[in-house]
Amino acid sequence: MYAFDYHRPTTLKQAGNLAAKNAEAKLLAGGHTLLPTMKQRLASPPALIDLSGVAELSGIALKGRNLVIGAMTTHAEVAGSDLVKAALPGLAVLAGGIGDPHVRHRGTIGGSVANNDPSADYPAGLLALGATIVTTKRRIPASEFFTSLFSTALEEGEIITRIIVPTGAKFAYQKFRNPASRYAMVGVAVAKKGARVAVAVTGAGADGVFRWAEAEAALARRFTPKSLDGVALPDPKGLNGDIHASAEYRSHLIGVMARRAVLAASGK
Amino acid sequence: MAATGIGARVERKEDFRFITGRGNYTDDINRPGQAYAYFLRSPHAHAAIRKIDTKRAAGMPGVLRILTGADIEADKVGGLICGWMIHSKDGSPMKAGAHPALAIGKVRYVGDHVAVVIAESLAEARDAAEAIVVDYAPLAPVVDLATATEKGQPAIHDAAPDNQVYDWHLGDKAAVDAAFRKAKHVTRLDLVNNRLVPNAMEPRAAVGDYNAGEDAFTLYTTSQNPHVARLVLSAFTGIAPEHKLRVIAPDVGGGFGSKIFIYAEETVCVWAAKKVGRPVKWVADRTEEFLAIAHGRDHLTHAEMAMDADGRILGLRVKTRANLGAYLSTFASSVPTYLYAPLLSGQYNIPAIYAEVEAVYTNTAPVDAYRGAGRPEATFVIERLVEVAAREMGQDPAQFRRKNFIRKFPHQTPVIMCYDAGDYDAAMKKALEAHDVKGFARRRRESGRRGMLRGLGYSAYIEACGIAPSAAVGSLGAGVGLWESAEVRVNPIGTVEVLTGSHSHGQGHETTFAQLVAGRLGIPIENVSIVHGDTDKVQMGMGTYGSRSGAVGMSAIVKALDKIEAKAKKVASFVLEASETDIDFRDGKFTVRGTDKSIDFPSVALQAYIAHKFTGQQLEPGLKEGAFYDPTNFTFPSGVHICEVEIDPATGVTRIDRWTAVDDFGVIINPMIVEGQVHGGIAQGIGQALLEGAVYDKTGQLVTASYMDYAMPRADDLPSFTVGHTVTPCPSNPLGIKGCGEAGAIAAPAAVINAITDALGHEEIAMPATPQAVWKAVRAVAARAAE
Ligand SMILES: Cc1cc2nc3c(=O)[nH]c(=O)nc-3n(C[C@H](O)[C@H](O)[C@H](O)COP(=O)(O)OP(=O)(O)OC[C@H]3O[C@@H](n4cnc5c(N)ncnc54)[C@H](O)[C@@H]3O)c2cc1C
Repeated sequence: MYAFDYHRPTTLKQAGNLAAKNAEAKLLAGGHTLLPTMKQRLASPPALIDLSGVAELSGIALKGRNLVIGAMTTHAEVAGSDLVKAALPGLAVLAGGIGDPHVRHRGTIGGSVANNDPSADYPAGLLALGATIVTTKRRIPASEFFTSLFSTALEEGEIITRIIVPTGAKFAYQKFRNPASRYAMVGVAVAKKGARVAVAVTGAGADGVFRWAEAEAALARRFTPKSLDGVALPDPKGLNGDIHASAEYRSHLIGVMARRAVLAASGK
Repeated sequence: MAATGIGARVERKEDFRFITGRGNYTDDINRPGQAYAYFLRSPHAHAAIRKIDTKRAAGMPGVLRILTGADIEADKVGGLICGWMIHSKDGSPMKAGAHPALAIGKVRYVGDHVAVVIAESLAEARDAAEAIVVDYAPLAPVVDLATATEKGQPAIHDAAPDNQVYDWHLGDKAAVDAAFRKAKHVTRLDLVNNRLVPNAMEPRAAVGDYNAGEDAFTLYTTSQNPHVARLVLSAFTGIAPEHKLRVIAPDVGGGFGSKIFIYAEETVCVWAAKKVGRPVKWVADRTEEFLAIAHGRDHLTHAEMAMDADGRILGLRVKTRANLGAYLSTFASSVPTYLYAPLLSGQYNIPAIYAEVEAVYTNTAPVDAYRGAGRPEATFVIERLVEVAAREMGQDPAQFRRKNFIRKFPHQTPVIMCYDAGDYDAAMKKALEAHDVKGFARRRRESGRRGMLRGLGYSAYIEACGIAPSAAVGSLGAGVGLWESAEVRVNPIGTVEVLTGSHSHGQGHETTFAQLVAGRLGIPIENVSIVHGDTDKVQMGMGTYGSRSGAVGMSAIVKALDKIEAKAKKVASFVLEASETDIDFRDGKFTVRGTDKSIDFPSVALQAYIAHKFTGQQLEPGLKEGAFYDPTNFTFPSGVHICEVEIDPATGVTRIDRWTAVDDFGVIINPMIVEGQVHGGIAQGIGQALLEGAVYDKTGQLVTASYMDYAMPRADDLPSFTVGHTVTPCPSNPLGIKGCGEAGAIAAPAAVINAITDALGHEEIAMPATPQAVWKAVRAVAARAAE
């Protein structure tokens, strides 16, 4: 780790001002991604703006038909929230399957979303659910937010404040864990609300999280795992391969995890 | 007293300090004025060093000194050694390339030590290391084990132009050829024993300290054998003679073999302490451990086994290529030779065995002993062969094994070992029953109904532990003797300190050794403390590895206790005014036979020290005895492990559904500790079989250099183990102990792979059998079925 300045604002406004003034500064949430890269000297921000003192960024509320989750809400809080468990149980399960207890008690939804790790769990869930990422500047639909590997629509100095997640969908996320890191080697989130069916895939896309349109079309006709029989799997050419899983294997797993997600979303 | 003696489940005395954060590990040691070392490591697998420019770095804040290979040369610091000489088939000695603590002229693997920066803080040392400019001329790397010795490959060491370290063999080739000519069936297998990275919870660390007033050094280090470290640092690197070098291995958080070896970093810390005039501390981070700790295993093997028409084994032929990495680590040469081939007979009566082992250099981290060291590799070969042979011959794998079990002891194998005692059939019977193998067919059908594949695999392993009779290993090339020492110091009020030359880094010696002493002397276990890990306290010892501390280390304590008892009896005879021969010692009391005249052990201790009841001419005061114990044979723990898996063919995920282990460790001192050792060993073996595997890319970069990519077994990867024992006491040591530390890691890989291949309809699969590998195998089976 190199030396850096440390700021700990207590209001969103202060945080925003600090971020605007320090173009190179990094926001610090749970630190579970940022700090290891700094320790390995892969990142060397001149300043950190710690968001942990900003109370207004935490907490979970049900507003109308939407769950509103503060950016600094930890994975453990989402996993353990009675509100989430009642309104969108699949999202609680997703959060409860991230990393290990240490990670879940430090890592935040805002940090996870901002980082957009191609193997992270939230991006698939939020994309399938049609969530909205609210920042200090605007509201960004998930479909426009996750742009590519580790990149998002966020602009410099823009702070995620909360995530708005519509409820009422049949929703489930099925994760095939990387045996080493236990991030998603393939994760498939399936949501069905009325006529809208969304299938979002993480861990596999060469360009990050993506929606699997063919599967969505088939499931929109009939929401059952069987509908996926005969649907062409995502082309391995668009998927990533590494020592743990070839693109072909990932493609295959997408089919398996999608079926299991449909089954789980159907309450089976 | 029975509650703490041999055989009792005594809770570990050391656990209080470990689990309450009161342990004293090397990183907990901070010396006044301490500075910090940071090693600049090679980013190249193979490169010549043209120039190292440290000028700018040396002027950076906090920097005390930067040392490179040039300083090693100038100070004539000797290179690291490999302490076991192996001769090739043609009689030529192994080709050991120089192994300087800091690279001289050339780097040979990613992580090799190029320079060390000593600074006021670690961060400053690291900053300065980044400012060192090294001019490398990259050379083609030799990474692939299979082709490392082919023509046209660049030489890693001048001493070994074709990258071959040795080409060794053991056994009778002609007898094996004759056996194969008689064979009715031959089973052939190509096996990979995957390369592993040891991952003790505590990374390696060292603090070097120099006392200018006495011209004496102290090295605090994460070592399994501090005396051997001192011996090597004195006799070979020449940093200081033994009486001027104290090595302390305090609490050590796991070793698994990887902390036996003498490494560059600790050598540099102790050497640099004098050069900078300050204590120097280094603690490895996890990435450094992945890159530069000695790795384990890494064999390619072709094996063939010949059977008669009934399935009786006639002969075994094994050809192995072993990767020793870029330099010969401390005991590297012995692992794929004498710790491997002599175990290839397994539990079986095999009349003829011939093994050839070619060891090679590659541009990868050094490879040396890792939990089991050679014996897991041997077990994997023989237990995979036996399982596949039985299947090929249409025989039940358990019955096939039983048919071939050795049943008469002692049994001389064709590969050095003379098995002294065992009852392999008893363990097999017990395991079959405990596992409910009879119910397997039903369980398999039930899995099938859920679309799952179920398989069962055996591993009937044997290992040679209690290493070892010194003359025997000396004749095989070992540079040291493998006896152990003990000193029992009885204090005047009857408490006891035992100094042992073995070292505990997870094994629980402070408990088990105390159980022995408390039981023998009839004193409370809290009155016994075990002292180890400091060359100023314990005079000499060989350390802990190879499951030797019970069989050898405790035997030394028994010898010393015999002397204590004899001396105490003499003291008692003066106090009780009786003849020594009329005194019995039982339950902590010396009693004049046939009378009620007695004195307890603590009172005798006091009498020994106040020395009022005898004169100096009659008896020396005091009660302290030492002993060296040199074993007369190896010990031969053995057992049967049964693994049952369920595979999800849709994903390739293997779940271990049940595990049964029946081990024969001889006499067991503390069943709880033994079970813990078995559990941990099985976990490591399952790790090797399903998860772990070091991967280098073509350029020699370690791809699996962190836990993001190197998969360690976690609790939820493992089933609850059913562990049982049979007991045939070891005849060659006074306690009848065989050793238990490595058994699980030795037995498990073959059991897992035998179970998986059983589930897959005999499709072969390499370790680690990751979900992807299993899925591919499932598809291959399906494709063949469709043909
Ligand atoms: C061992 C381990 C295992 C893990 N396993 C998983 C897993 O299985 N699945 C998974 O999805 N993740 C996993 N993670 C990642 C974990 O969820 C991270 O915590 C998370 O991705 C980042 O969240 P954080 O709060 O720690 O963010 P930080 O590390 O603090 O920040 C990450 C990035 O987001 C930026 N940022 C943070 N907050 C905001 C904000 N409000 N607005 C704008 N930018 C912001 C930061 O500047 C930084 O660039 C794992 C992490 C570890 C260490």
